[in-house]
Amino acid sequence: MSDGTSSDAPTIRVLVTTDAIDLAAEQAALERGGAVATFTGLVRADDGVATLELEHYPGATEAALRRLAQEAAQRWSLAAATIVHRVGPMRPGERIVFTGAASAHRAAALEACAFLIDRLKTDAPFWKREVVDGQARWVEARETDDHAADRWR
Amino acid sequence: MQLLYFAWVRERVGLSAEQVTPPPEVATVADLVTWLSIRSEGHAAAFADPSRLRAAVDQSFVPLDTPIAGAREIAIFPPVTGG
Repeated sequence: MSDGTSSDAPTIRVLVTTDAIDLAAEQAALERGGAVATFTGLVRADDGVATLELEHYPGATEAALRRLAQEAAQRWSLAAATIVHRVGPMRPGERIVFTGAASAHRAAALEACAFLIDRLKTDAPFWKREVVDGQARWVEARETDDHAADRWR
Repeated sequence: MQLLYFAWVRERVGLSAEQVTPPPEVATVADLVTWLSIRSEGHAAAFADPSRLRAAVDQSFVPLDTPIAGAREIAIFPPVTGG
């Protein structure tokens, strides 16, 4: 399990949680093969956002994340792929999403990690609602996210 | 069939889920949206602009012209905004 060759089944980890994301633990769990690339998304305080709330589609969300992680693992012969997404209320500065990929060499890990976060934004059922000055509003989907995801299709 | 609503669709409809039995002429998700929109003012507000709606049939994400015959669970929601 430690040499990262594609003959071993990749380790897929998918988690949707209201708990804080433990970066050290997620990173350590990916350390195999020769290369690990990770991405961490933080809640931005753009436009005075005080609270960000994440809604999801229980069951379908986990299944969508698992499909993405498996697609990445197959496409880049990964040793491991992880997606962790926070749901519920959170504050600016908190971690909202973590993606990670482990492979034999850096190129596969870096590309797979970018694929995971780009496609997660368009392919997984999450919805953001932000509270600004006591007013809640649903965040609109962005075309730039569609373009980022499309480059992997 | 079981319907699920998320985000502002859920808020406008005023329900997160409901059980419905559409008539046979309601063949696709788009037909279902039209049929649902006369159930209440909230449904009408939620489903007024189908171009802003996305759907999943039995947890698979599908275009609105997808047939719904035999579906057990249909979810209707806005474009996703995770990550």
